[in-house]
Amino acid sequence: MIADLAHAVADVAPLLDRQRYVALGVAAAVVVVVFELMRRRKLREEYSWVWVATAAFVAVLALEGNVLTAISAFVGSSSPVWTLFFGAMVFLLALALQFSVRLSRLTHRHRTLGQRVALLEAEIQRLREQDAGERAPERRAGERATPNRARDIVA
Amino acid sequence: MSKTTALIIPAYREAERVGAVVRSALAQGLGLDVIVVDDGSPDETAQAARAAGATVISHPYNLGYGCALHTGYCHAWRQGYERLLQMDADGQHDPAMLPRLVDALDRGADVVLGSRYLAGDAPPTSFAKRTATKMFASIASRWTGMRITDPTSGFQGLSRRALECVVNDGFPEDYPDTDVLVQHHRAGLKLAEVPVRMHIRQGGLSMHRGARIAYYGYKMLLTLMLLPIRRPTPLRARDTVARWS
Repeated sequence: MIADLAHAVADVAPLLDRQRYVALGVAAAVVVVVFELMRRRKLREEYSWVWVATAAFVAVLALEGNVLTAISAFVGSSSPVWTLFFGAMVFLLALALQFSVRLSRLTHRHRTLGQRVALLEAEIQRLREQDAGERAPERRAGERATPNRARDIVA
Repeated sequence: MSKTTALIIPAYREAERVGAVVRSALAQGLGLDVIVVDDGSPDETAQAARAAGATVISHPYNLGYGCALHTGYCHAWRQGYERLLQMDADGQHDPAMLPRLVDALDRGADVVLGSRYLAGDAPPTSFAKRTATKMFASIASRWTGMRITDPTSGFQGLSRRALECVVNDGFPEDYPDTDVLVQHHRAGLKLAEVPVRMHIRQGGLSMHRGARIAYYGYKMLLTLMLLPIRRPTPLRARDTVARWS
């Protein structure tokens, strides 16, 4: 098995220098963009680590070409570039699924919040009306008393 | 505080119709408290309902038919109503049929379904909707062990016992019909169907239209398949609408 894998590794074309530099450039760009988004407060720290970790992983693969070659041999790919693209696709799929789960949870909370706001507003309205109803006789009594007081003041 | 009967009317963009529906329901002399849940309508739905004599609960934004119903249920639950009736705001449901729902609740049913097909003079609908209704009627009948002809009917009556079941957080946010009936049956509630007269909708947009019918079929089949194996919705105190904080 190990002998087979070593044989397969030998068959995989090594990563070209240019491919290596492009991968490093992309990793650096991802880190810069993520930091800039956090600086502008458009990305929360809790969501940034996935992207920083991804960039770090891509950088490691670019610098340490043997790792990518070994992975390519293991999955049966003859090109490390194909392995990189395939890995990126699987990663993005998992990320999209994870965001769908988060979105479902947020949708539930957003709906619950909307419902609770509506119910609380209705309750406030009911209490206001009840309060107004209770104060109405008092106000009427006050209105009757006012002319008397006015007369007193004039006198 | 225990009140008797609430009538919940979920409404979205029904400013032209909801007033007449509320007035007609109040005129039935059933001593109903009419509660209109305005689902974030951009028009004057809330004002029209209030002017007609209803209590109005307004969603801050559009949340969907199921959510509007659920808000109404939670309000009725919080206010201690003994039973609840529900009907649509688009003029399809005839308020003169409300006493039939009340009678069935009085006879001991927990969930009463107003069926347009039992009366024999159902208003015409599209082929897709008729097919979906027949299919889900067959599934609901098989699952509940009783003949259900109109599982998509939103003209319903619920006892306090049934209300306790629907205020939970697992209530579907869209298209609550066959799946809810099956859940009622699984909860041991007594279901009944009564014939009611329905009219062609007076205007507005049906939530069962166009491609939405396909989504409705997919969603309902999926929900029904998941029903026996699905985990109950976790009831976290902060997420529960029905509970007073």
